[in-house]
Amino acid sequence: MLTDDLPIYIFDGTFYGLLTAIFESYERKHPRIQLCCRETYAPEFFSGHIDIHSDKVKAQRVWRGLQQKVASVHLGHFYKAFFSEQAAIHLALFRYARYIFDHPAGHDFNYGHEDVLAIAQMSQRVHREKHRMEAFVRFKKSGNGLFFAVISPDYNVLPLISKHFRNRYADQPWLIYDERRKYGIHYDLHALHEVTIDFTQEQAMTAQTAVIIDAQEELYTQLWKDYFRSTNIAERRNMKLHIQHVPRRYWRYLTEKEGKL
Amino acid sequence: MYERIREKLSILADAAKYDVSCSSSGSDRKNTGKGIGDTGSGICHTYTEDGRCVSLLKILLTNFCIYDCAFCVSRRSNDIRRAAFTVEEVVSLTMNFYRRNYIEGLFLSSGIFKDADYTMERMLRIVKKLRLEENYNGYIHLKTIPGASEALVTEAGLYADRMSINLEMPTEQGLQLLAPEKSHEEVKRELAVIRDQAVAYNSERKLIKTTPKFVPAGQSTQMVIGATPESDKDIMHTAQAFYKHYALKRVYYSGYIPISNDSRMPAVGTRPPLIRENRLYQTDWLMRFYDFDVAELLNDEHPNLDMDMDPKLAWALRNPHIFPVDINTADYKLIIRVPGIGIRSAQKIIAARKFGKLHIHQLKKMGIAYNRAQYFIRCADSPFLLREPDPSQLKALLLRQSTSKYRTTAPEQLTLF
Ligand code: SF4
Repeated sequence: MLTDDLPIYIFDGTFYGLLTAIFESYERKHPRIQLCCRETYAPEFFSGHIDIHSDKVKAQRVWRGLQQKVASVHLGHFYKAFFSEQAAIHLALFRYARYIFDHPAGHDFNYGHEDVLAIAQMSQRVHREKHRMEAFVRFKKSGNGLFFAVISPDYNVLPLISKHFRNRYADQPWLIYDERRKYGIHYDLHALHEVTIDFTQEQAMTAQTAVIIDAQEELYTQLWKDYFRSTNIAERRNMKLHIQHVPRRYWRYLTEKEGKL
Repeated sequence: MYERIREKLSILADAAKYDVSCSSSGSDRKNTGKGIGDTGSGICHTYTEDGRCVSLLKILLTNFCIYDCAFCVSRRSNDIRRAAFTVEEVVSLTMNFYRRNYIEGLFLSSGIFKDADYTMERMLRIVKKLRLEENYNGYIHLKTIPGASEALVTEAGLYADRMSINLEMPTEQGLQLLAPEKSHEEVKRELAVIRDQAVAYNSERKLIKTTPKFVPAGQSTQMVIGATPESDKDIMHTAQAFYKHYALKRVYYSGYIPISNDSRMPAVGTRPPLIRENRLYQTDWLMRFYDFDVAELLNDEHPNLDMDMDPKLAWALRNPHIFPVDINTADYKLIIRVPGIGIRSAQKIIAARKFGKLHIHQLKKMGIAYNRAQYFIRCADSPFLLREPDPSQLKALLLRQSTSKYRTTAPEQLTLF
C-alpha cells in the first residue's frame, strides 16, 4: 500500500489529541492520513507534517458526534481501546471514527468491517486487563493507615479501575501505583488524585523495606498465604491452568505468590 | 495467639475446600454511606495451584459435626484435628482480607455442632455483625444448616447475598447409601423456604420500595460426582428439575476426591473424575445459555456423556440432518448450536450479516473456532463439496485435530466451545 503521499498528522498521544485530529481531518478534507505521536515521531523520515494541537472544544464535538451515532457499549469500546497504547490503535480509532461519521447510524454493529472488529477486540483485551487488575491489586497497610499497592499492567488501565476502587474502598485511604508508567492514583477519603512519586520512594515501595508497615500487616499477609495453600486441593493439581490464569509476570505483585518466582 | 489463629484457618479452610462454589456475582449491593464493599459481576482474585478460582474466603465455622456422612472429611467418625472459630475471628478475618483486596467476600459453611439451630444461630450472628457493625457490603454466601428453623434461615436471608444447601448425591438412593441421616426431601424443604420468601419479598418490594433485599444472588446447590454409581443422565435430569422447581442460580458438580477407605466408595488414590466433571459443566452451560433441553443431550439411548469430545459436538454428530447451517440466514438459536461458535461470536454474526454476506475470513476474525465449525456451516465463500463427510469420518477427523485442551481445564474456568 502506498502511504507515502498521505498527510502526516502529529499529535500529543492523548485522547483529546486523537479526537482533535479526527476533527481537523474533516476541516482539512483528509479522509485518509498517517498518524504519529509527537514522542515517537522521527522527523528526518518525513517531509512536511501537520501539527495537531489538542483542543478541548474540537475534541468534545467529535465525542458528542460519536455519542449520537454509536451504541453506548461501542462508545465504551472506543474509549477502552485507546488505553491499549498500541501503536496501531490510534490509526484504527481514527479510521473507525471516519467510517462511523461517513455512514448512516448503525454501522458500529458491522463486525464484518476490519476497524469495527479491531476496536471491539482491542477493547475486550483492555477490559480483561482492567478486570485482572481489579483482582490482582494487593494492598498493604502502612503505619499511617494508608493501603497501598503496586501494579504493572499490560495496558494503561489505572484510569479505568479507579472508580471501582473508590466505590468499594470508600472508608479507607489508598494508593495504587503503576510502576511501569510511573504514576499512581491516590484516594484520600474525599477524592481521587493522580500522583507521581520520585524514584527513591518508588524503590522503597517495591522493596517494602523503608515503608513502615502496620503492626498487623505481617499477620494478615501470613494468614492469606496460609489460606491460599489450605484451599488448594492437591489431588487436582493443575499448574498449567494455574499459570494460564495467574501468568508469571504478575507474581511479583501478588502476596500469595511471594517467594515463588 | 498468632499460631492458634493460623492453625484454625488451616484446618477450617482445608475442610471447606470441597465445596466448589466460588461465584461472587449476581448481587448488586451498593456501598452506601461510605462504608466498605460492594458486589457486582464477581471477581476471581487469584487461582489455586489446582486452577480453581479464589473469590471468597471459604471456611467452616467449625469442623466438629454430629453427623457421619461417609463422603465428608468432617464426619464424626473421622479421626482428624478439630477447631472452631469465634464470631469475632471470622469477622476480623473477613474484614482484613477484604480491605487488602484479597477477596470478594465470605463463604461460610459449618459442621453441625450441638444441633442445627445452635450452629445456624452463630452463623447468623456473624453475618449480622458484618452488615450492621462493620458496615460491610461485600459478598456473603451462607450455607443453610440442614434442619435449622425456618425463622433463623429466613432472618439470615436478609443479610446474605446467596444461600445454598447441598444435595450431596445426585439421587435419593445415593444419599441414603452414604448419609442415611440426610435426605433430598429435607434439602427440598429448605430450598422451598428460601424460594418462597424471595418471591414474597420481591412482590412486596414492588409495593414498598424500602423492603429489604432477600438473598439477592439466589440459591445454589452441589452434587458430588463419582462417589456413587449414578449415570450422567441421572445427574443432569436431577439438575434440570432443581433449576426448574427451586429457581436455582447454579448447580455445582464436584468430582469426588477419595478421602476414606469406606468400601462403598472409590478407594483412596483413585483419580478424581475431572474430565467427567468438566463435561457435566459443559452440559449445564448448554442447558442454561444455549437453549438445549437435557433430553437432547442425555437420554436412555445416550445415558452418559462422551469423554472424548464436548457435548455440543457429540450432539451435532448425532444430528447430521440439522447441518450445515447457513451463517447468513439461519436463526440465532441454530447458530449457537454449531460446534465452534459461542454466544459472543453468534451475536456478532447476527449483527454483521445485516451489512452484507459474511465470508470465511470475517468469521475467522470474529473468533469462531473455524477448524471445528467449518464442517457444520455454509457462508458466502464456503467451498462446494460434492459429498458431505459422514458423521463417523468427521468424528475421527475432529478428534485427530483437537488438542488435549479439554482434558486439562477445570470447570469454572474453561473455554467452553
Ligand atoms: S453434616 Fe455436613 S459437615 Fe457434617 S458430616 Fe455431613 S456433610 Fe459433613
